[in-house]
Amino acid sequence: MSATTLTAGAAPVFYDSGDHHPQQGTLLGFWLYLMSDCLIFAVLFAVYAVLGRSYAAGPSGADLFDLPIVATNTALLLFSSITYGFAMIAMQHGKKNGVLAWLAITGLFGLGFLSLEITEFAHLIHEGAGPQRSAFLSSFFTLVGTHGLHVTFGTIWLVTLMVQVQKLGLIAENKRRLMCLSMFWHFLDVVWIGVFTFVYLMGVLP
Amino acid sequence: MSASTTHDHGHGHDDHGHHDDGGYHATIKGYVIGFLLSVVLTAIPFWLVMGRVLPSPRATAFVILAFAAVQMVVHMIYFLHMNAKVEGGWSMLALTFTVALVVIMLAGSIWVMYHLNTNMMPVVDPQVMRNMP
Amino acid sequence: MSNDLSHLILGRLSWEAIPFHEPILLATFAMVVLGGLVVLAGLSKFRLWGPLWRDWICSIDHKKIGIMYIALGIVMLLRGFADALMMRAQQAVAFGDNAGFLPPHHYDQIFTAHGVIMIFFVAMPLVTGFMNYVVPLQIGARDVAFPFLNNFSFWMTAGGAGLVMMSLFVGEFARTGWLAYPPLSGLLGSPDVGVDYYLWSLQVAGIGTTLSGINLIATIIKMRAPGMTMMKMPVFTWTSLCTNVLIVATFPVLAAALALLTADRYLGTAFFTNDLGGNAMLYVNLIWIWGHPEVYILVLPVFGIFSEVVSTFSGKKLFGYASMVYATVVITILSYLVWLHHFFTMGSGASVNSFFGITTMIISIPTGAKIFNWLFTMYRGRIKFEVPMLWTIGFMVTFVIGGMTGVLLAVPAADFVLHNSLFLIAHFHNVIIGGVVFGIFAGINYWFPKAFGYRLDAFWGKVSFWCWLVGFWVAFTPLYVLGLMGITRRMNHFDDPSLQIWFQVAALGAVIIAAGIGAFLIQLVVSYLRREQLRDVTGDVWGGRTLEWSTASPPPDYNFAFTPIVHDNDAWFDMKARGHQRPLSGFKPIHMPKNTAAGFVIAMLATATGFALIWHMWLPVAALFAATVLAAIVHTFNYRRDFHIAAEAVARSEATRTAALAAA
Repeated sequence: MSATTLTAGAAPVFYDSGDHHPQQGTLLGFWLYLMSDCLIFAVLFAVYAVLGRSYAAGPSGADLFDLPIVATNTALLLFSSITYGFAMIAMQHGKKNGVLAWLAITGLFGLGFLSLEITEFAHLIHEGAGPQRSAFLSSFFTLVGTHGLHVTFGTIWLVTLMVQVQKLGLIAENKRRLMCLSMFWHFLDVVWIGVFTFVYLMGVLP
Repeated sequence: MSASTTHDHGHGHDDHGHHDDGGYHATIKGYVIGFLLSVVLTAIPFWLVMGRVLPSPRATAFVILAFAAVQMVVHMIYFLHMNAKVEGGWSMLALTFTVALVVIMLAGSIWVMYHLNTNMMPVVDPQVMRNMP
Repeated sequence: MSNDLSHLILGRLSWEAIPFHEPILLATFAMVVLGGLVVLAGLSKFRLWGPLWRDWICSIDHKKIGIMYIALGIVMLLRGFADALMMRAQQAVAFGDNAGFLPPHHYDQIFTAHGVIMIFFVAMPLVTGFMNYVVPLQIGARDVAFPFLNNFSFWMTAGGAGLVMMSLFVGEFARTGWLAYPPLSGLLGSPDVGVDYYLWSLQVAGIGTTLSGINLIATIIKMRAPGMTMMKMPVFTWTSLCTNVLIVATFPVLAAALALLTADRYLGTAFFTNDLGGNAMLYVNLIWIWGHPEVYILVLPVFGIFSEVVSTFSGKKLFGYASMVYATVVITILSYLVWLHHFFTMGSGASVNSFFGITTMIISIPTGAKIFNWLFTMYRGRIKFEVPMLWTIGFMVTFVIGGMTGVLLAVPAADFVLHNSLFLIAHFHNVIIGGVVFGIFAGINYWFPKAFGYRLDAFWGKVSFWCWLVGFWVAFTPLYVLGLMGITRRMNHFDDPSLQIWFQVAALGAVIIAAGIGAFLIQLVVSYLRREQLRDVTGDVWGGRTLEWSTASPPPDYNFAFTPIVHDNDAWFDMKARGHQRPLSGFKPIHMPKNTAAGFVIAMLATATGFALIWHMWLPVAALFAATVLAAIVHTFNYRRDFHIAAEAVARSEATRTAALAAA
């Protein structure tokens, strides 16, 4: 379909011969969605930046944050990123069982992350340091909790996709979905970098 | 239109799959390098904070933020395969625009709220502010 | 135990929520029920339920969805304008001892609902509807990038509108103004359901809007016809691209800000409270980071409409295409640097205020460039004063004046006098009515023949135009004067009788606008009745320049039998000028997406979840939310979402068109 270039003296071609197929927009569209999600997190980070030292005579980050647990969570998420990466390589080689295995491991890491985080939240609430205690804690729980909610939805999506890959194999549609989940999963790890740095590490500093 | 599934009508469109891999090819080496870099870029900030290595908290904050920024770039390159060619450069453009907006929103909000707090909130002493119910 | 259970199911919903003691609301409800029954009876009598469901509710066709958006916008315009009439009536009579007929409790809900409805459920659906309908046709595509998502987005918007309308009859609406500042909108200031209606209707609609933004960006980037480079796109497509970039880049901020307010109300957090470290000013900051780009979301599409209309009705290529594109992109970027001008008086101080004052002035420059480009397009053109062109000229005069009052307000010192006065109200109505509303009517008159195959009656179109133009100035000039005199907005009663005459004139202006709306509705009816005389069979009723005019009116489902190949700007004009030959044979089967009920179902479940959240009906919340997620997951298991239109069907449809063109 190179009818867009005109040879001298030839009549211009104004109509395609009927084989034109528009390009696939799914990956770009999903990336754009991720950019919008990035902005939601940006607002939550901004809120934390403004309210993050408003302790209301209550506990501060230094009082509450358990950095070894945060380090463990960071490790779990990082491992889950690389295991998802291995799932994508298996997908490139058309290895359905490899994909399913690596996805399962990724999911387990994700669940590990979530259970540690829920335990942490429950402990804080139990200590009287829940989201209602102060603006600092409200913004902490909301920012970290929103990230956790995203991981939760990502895990549900991962399980759904495992069922779909199991059922229909590595068809084009499923590959697109795997690539979208890949972007989502890695994006959550990028956000976590911001969280552990800006919230936990800086929150512990005086 | 999206959601075109199995194309077995003999139109020869099955090769659309090749256009859809986003312009990148993941490799084990790439993921491992990204992983190792991330481990280092995570371990150092944790060490700096937990070990109280640097003398001033401001310097520590500055350094760990810099490490975070670098690690985000590492993730973008090695895990998200971000480069200027993906989706004809539109992914990069979208990312750049988003990052610019994030900077504007963060810097703008912090700047504005700092001024509002200084001018409009009743107590001046930050130490007293911290303990205000 | 059963008391606890009924509490879990019904929340705070009770018979008291129904406003039996409010005559105005009861009368409205009676009219709505009556009107609804007439519609339902009509649907049954003419056996339209089947087609309504199959061809409209389940449609993933961008043309049908676009029409539905515009229909929603027009219906909500009637509701929003009813609110306006009530406000004008109240302010015209409520002086001294006369308290008027709307006590503050009611009046505050009216101005809040007026703002929310006009921005979110009139202006946004109308511009979205145009972008949905026109952009795929202008770029030579057959649909948008994600047709199912398009359907879902529409029903989410409709769901949000439904929730706002429900607040009339079940419970009440917010009394906080359209942006619901805390602490008034927090739990202590507004413990009732009103603010919750506000929050959930906007969250539901906001999801639809954001997804629609992603959809149109992907469409414009990925689905342009061969040869249509970015700089050969029609200007309306360019403004749509920038608008949707703004949507995707700014609605998340609204979602987050509203979510934080929701957290304060539902979870007892301390984001915007007065105690425990909260900061209500932070909400104002965040909401306007969204709010300013929002007004550009409203106006950029209509700038695009005007560009199309001006060039078509001047018979000339648009002057300064490249500078139009650059101006639009610059506006898009700069719109993120001005937001503080909405709260100069909140106390950020001189340095901050000066920065934002200067950026606000700068952003008026690209818009000025556009006005010059339109004028230069008209210069030495052969101008046809069809109805769309009248709206355009009315816009140019009205909007420019409104823009100038904006530049006045951009001076922080002046704004300290005029902030939240009636001057501000006059300014933004000036630019929104003069810009957005006039542009929408221009677009309706311009593209109606394309969508329905017959022109709108020109006489009633002109009546409507003149009523709107005159009515607008009569309604809002007094408000400029009152604002300069220092009168504050959102007041339901005044003590100074010397002000009354101004309000009475303003009320007269509102009545004239009402006549304009009436004339528009009459125009629709009369045009339908006279449709054979107004019929257009060519598909190109105005001698258009862009690709949508190359299709039949209305276009077939597949838009283009063969994808056009583009060589120049104004692609259709180029095709006509260089002797294109419409292909009469060689049709191939066309790959199309299938209609589906999934979007409607998921959206209605989400809306119901919103309703349950508003009334604290926790058990239904859990169940409905789970059902929504489940419905979405089930939908993802549907892999068979497309079909092919057979080549013979395409051939038949094209043959019909060939015959019509020959007979013309």
